[in-house]
Amino acid sequence: MTAVAAPLDVAAIRKDFPILGRTVRDGRRLVYLDSGATSQRPRQVLDAERAFLETANAAVHRGAHQLAEEATDAYEGARARIAGFLGVDAGEVVFTKNATEGINLVAYGMSNATGSPDAPAERFRVGPGDEVVVTEMEHHANLVPWQQLCQRTGATLRWLGVTEDGRLDLSNLDEVVTDRTKVVAFVHQSNVLGTVNPVEPIVRRAHQVGALTVLDACQSVPHFPVDFRELGVDFAAFSGHKMLGPSGIGVLYGRRELLEALPPFITGGSMIEVVRMEGSTFAPPPQRFEAGVPMTSQAVGLGAAVDYLTAVGMDKVAAHGHQLAEATLNGLAEIPGVRVIGPTEAVDRSGAVSFVVDGVHAHDVGQVLDSLGVEVRVGHHCAWPLHRRFGIPATVRSTPYLYNDLDDITALLDGIRESQRFFGVA
Amino acid sequence: MQLEQMYQEIILDHYKNPRRRGLRDPYDAESYQVNPTCGDEVTLRVHLDGGGRDAKVSDVSYEGQGCSISQAATSVLTDLVVGRTVGEAFATMDAFVELLHGRGQVEPDEDVLEDGIAFAGVAKYPMRVKCALLGWMAFKDAVARVTDTAGGAEGDGAAAAHSDEVGTR
Repeated sequence: MTAVAAPLDVAAIRKDFPILGRTVRDGRRLVYLDSGATSQRPRQVLDAERAFLETANAAVHRGAHQLAEEATDAYEGARARIAGFLGVDAGEVVFTKNATEGINLVAYGMSNATGSPDAPAERFRVGPGDEVVVTEMEHHANLVPWQQLCQRTGATLRWLGVTEDGRLDLSNLDEVVTDRTKVVAFVHQSNVLGTVNPVEPIVRRAHQVGALTVLDACQSVPHFPVDFRELGVDFAAFSGHKMLGPSGIGVLYGRRELLEALPPFITGGSMIEVVRMEGSTFAPPPQRFEAGVPMTSQAVGLGAAVDYLTAVGMDKVAAHGHQLAEATLNGLAEIPGVRVIGPTEAVDRSGAVSFVVDGVHAHDVGQVLDSLGVEVRVGHHCAWPLHRRFGIPATVRSTPYLYNDLDDITALLDGIRESQRFFGVA
Repeated sequence: MQLEQMYQEIILDHYKNPRRRGLRDPYDAESYQVNPTCGDEVTLRVHLDGGGRDAKVSDVSYEGQGCSISQAATSVLTDLVVGRTVGEAFATMDAFVELLHGRGQVEPDEDVLEDGIAFAGVAKYPMRVKCALLGWMAFKDAVARVTDTAGGAEGDGAAAAHSDEVGTR
């Protein structure tokens, strides 16, 4: 994540995103800084979805007619390109609705293993005395499913804390992750703090004690090059709509041998091998985890998003994000009464920056920014325990992407000053 | 300009100088409400005199954290209901809810809503309507706790904590 790659041609990139041409709130230029919630989609992605629907739409993996064949090729072709983007095999890429579903797939697969007669499922069994480890900086999507798994199975939830400067506290890693640990689920890049967590020591410790690792990669895969195999994680999940792709499509990566042993989560059509009235056997992964007619144009759209990002270059996307992180952090440091929640230096952190403005509630800062055309997220960003950890109910969060430029950051900073003026605190 | 339309002086005044803030005794019921989308919270107590719809609201006290809209709306609420009967307070609440759900198309009646008319601008921002109704949700819930149990048991408000509507539309 160093700024060595040639700079992005943001002006050219912006032309690919039709929505950035619109105005908001009485003719103001749209300054979209909420890509951490959902990113905008380039024409290339929209065109790919439309072209698929206009020429090849059919239910995939069923039927033998020409359209079914072409649709299946498009769907599987997208899977293969996405797998390549992640450094993994196509058979290790499961399409899900989003990251939330991907994480639930693993958590429910584990509790389904408890009742499963299959010997390979044994390694996933969780029960009383076992522990599940998460972190205090998790998005609810990587926290609540594990709380629920513990509730269903009698296992105990434990977590790694967060330091005052917004880093993961690994000082007691060996005490939290122990022989009792069955899973360690953690976020790659915090959606609030912007912190990029060190994966290696956590994976090393987890594997030392025989625990599985599940990585929430929602905010990392869109923003810098990620190779799951190199990271050594067992499972990883992310959503398409945060990386220029459609909503309603996400990916769960799982190491092949694990996917082969994990019991299914959602069952029904397409995921079976043989069905008899007395019982059924299941298809090999990834089909085992894709019950029902899947999202097809969305998969094609995500394939196009990956092509787009590859053509731009993920190194460049990362370098650009780093530049915007520095500009945001430096600019915020110059405004009295503004406090960043998360690392204040652009080291091992992304351009996602959350902050509070003394004397002005986050909602009110957001409203002033909105009146100026600057669209940010306000609230707890689905990371309520993390906000509680810092003793604050809500933050303002700016999450830029490859189509944002330094002018956008300047607009954000000006808007914050305006909110202070409007509410009489500066 | 839009911003001034939403943050009228009356709202900013109630935000900076909230009326009846702080939790007080005696009270008959307490309600805790939270807006799950932003984490804003309010704990509100009501003290009633008498029973049924003719009971008089003798005190409303509250504590909470939230944006200017949610805090000001709760302050205005206390002005509008203290000293009135429960029946009158609920009629005012219905008018306030109608205004807030009106997307800016409802003309507020100042005789009924007094300072509450300042929230007409908020009604144009659907995402902020919940903020303005948080305190009212707590009031409605707290009163229900008194009247439903007919004795005035206190509760923790958990049962109604995640409903996001209040009053009638």
